[in-house]
Amino acid sequence: MEWKEEGEKRPLSQRPEWSDVTPVPQDDGPNPVVPIAYKDDFTETMDYFRAVYFADERSLRSLHVTAEAIHMNAGNYTVWHFRRLILEALNADLHEELNFIKKVANGNPKNYQIWHHRRWVAEKLGSDATSKELDFTKKILSLDAKNYHAWSHRQWVLQELGGWEDELAYCKQLLEDDIFNNSAWNQRYFVITKSPFLGGLEAMRESEVNYTVGAIIAKPENESPWRYLRGLYKDDAQSWVNDPQVSSVCLTVLSAKRNTVFALSTLLDLLCHGFQPSQDFINAVDALKTPDLDQSDSNLATAVCSVLGHMDPMRVNYWAWRKNKLPAQTA
Amino acid sequence: MGGKIGELEAEKHVQYILLVEKRKGDFESVVTEHLRMNGAYWGLTTLDLLGKLEIVDQDEVVSWVMECQHESGGFGGNIGHDPHIVHTLSAVQVLALFGKLNVLDIDKITNYIAGLQNVDGSFSGDMWGEIDTRFSYIAICCLSLLQCLDKINVEKAVNYIVSCKNLDGGFGCTPGAESHAGQIFCCVGALALTGSLHHVDKDLLGWWLCERQVKSGGLNGRPEKLPDVCYSWWVLSSLIMIDRAHWIDKDKLIKFIIECQDRENGGISDRPDDAVDVFHTYFGVAGLSLLEYPGVKAVDPAYALPVHVVNRIFFSR
Repeated sequence: MEWKEEGEKRPLSQRPEWSDVTPVPQDDGPNPVVPIAYKDDFTETMDYFRAVYFADERSLRSLHVTAEAIHMNAGNYTVWHFRRLILEALNADLHEELNFIKKVANGNPKNYQIWHHRRWVAEKLGSDATSKELDFTKKILSLDAKNYHAWSHRQWVLQELGGWEDELAYCKQLLEDDIFNNSAWNQRYFVITKSPFLGGLEAMRESEVNYTVGAIIAKPENESPWRYLRGLYKDDAQSWVNDPQVSSVCLTVLSAKRNTVFALSTLLDLLCHGFQPSQDFINAVDALKTPDLDQSDSNLATAVCSVLGHMDPMRVNYWAWRKNKLPAQTA
Repeated sequence: MGGKIGELEAEKHVQYILLVEKRKGDFESVVTEHLRMNGAYWGLTTLDLLGKLEIVDQDEVVSWVMECQHESGGFGGNIGHDPHIVHTLSAVQVLALFGKLNVLDIDKITNYIAGLQNVDGSFSGDMWGEIDTRFSYIAICCLSLLQCLDKINVEKAVNYIVSCKNLDGGFGCTPGAESHAGQIFCCVGALALTGSLHHVDKDLLGWWLCERQVKSGGLNGRPEKLPDVCYSWWVLSSLIMIDRAHWIDKDKLIKFIIECQDRENGGISDRPDDAVDVFHTYFGVAGLSLLEYPGVKAVDPAYALPVHVVNRIFFSR
């Protein structure tokens, strides 16, 4: 039995092993909504696919024609569906199938059908596939570190098959490559909360706060670490308010007077949760006010909203709404 | 004052869609034949929003749609394709546009969808078991249009969606997955249609969503990604469903969408000067509808169908 599918260049109609098959043209219905004429080689491949598909022929040559159809058009989900039926019928070598998928994925990294097929194969192989799946997703992510399909697959692999040991280190490396990679921050949260090797969110909190504060100082305009910092406290808002590192990083960024929007919005949230600001905070916000703003705003939270409305005019309605919603007794 | 907002080339977009439908010998048509059902939904809904649905031969479309239905009750992307929940919703939406839901065997199609619900409340796309909150939305939207939501376990469906909620207030495709505007639309839409929006932290999510607006006025789908016209739909419809649409700068978004048009040949692309396609044409026009752009009919943010179509389903007996 020969698995090799590469290299065959003759049209299907000229290959002896297909001589007994009558190709089936696409049926667009008696009055096609969209009559289509097809490019010749694609047409021929799909005609032969339809022949074996409608005959339900689950053979090796059928497997080969699905490969050819997929190489020409990886989005056709019916072809993938039939390929799975054939693989099952032939009890095919699924490690070989992983190689096939890898080749197709190179040209189509965002294709739903490819990722779903990969998941199906990996599920059948179980933990035999773990390191291959982690390698495969790593490879795809090295080309596009935010590929949503790759991350979804990787999370599934970790949860179903394992391999958590190096995941935090992998997140660290990706964030070194691009500290703005929101997918990597999401994965980091996934790892620290779910990895059986790390002890859970509360155990990891202190070291993660240190790490996140460093990331914020490096790029205060980066949305992700601010949200991550809040996420480290999950439902425990009081601990978030009381952690001196949280308010301190706000003050550091505000005092530097550059890229202060997220520092201001975090300070606003802290104030709304009862944070008692020192004079340093009041001074830092004062220093950010522009002459046209109401200098007499004695209420710090109100002042922060005013500054934000000015600094982030695209979201002026949001900051006005925040100002309006402030409880009377906020500092 | 800033530059004046340009015009929507409505007539050009209508011609573009009709051209795509008639195109022969085009490789692009060929490689997308398996998703013709989605394409029909995008194209026909756009035509309706621009007031030109009557140009299309309704009977031809309806009979083609029905030829795509399988014994299982599900619809494929075109004749000869396997059933999938994605195409089943598009089929129902296309029939709804023409007021032809009555051609359906309701039991048959709703049984197909109900059969795709899993024990944990999630939905699979088809018999092969892919799970994604997109399919939760699709199942709920479809059954809601057919007024048969009671065929599924709504409570479990809602619980599964809530399990996909992240700390930033957003939702991903599965529990733990990164918040993404497309997935957020699906989850918020599903919660809206099942009367379950109380599970959404509207202030927190509203803020995350309005932070999607970037300097050009366009919207992205996740932090630090490029803007794309289709997020004009996913983000904005989500904001509308949670009553926070006023948190984005609407004029700037309109300007961005208008700039994504191909003024010569019609059609809308993902961002200015890229190639156009029917998908982005639909989402651009639907986005403008949500922004109440003159000359575009109102669209329902949860059902993603013209409001008059939704009203016809629920308010005429």
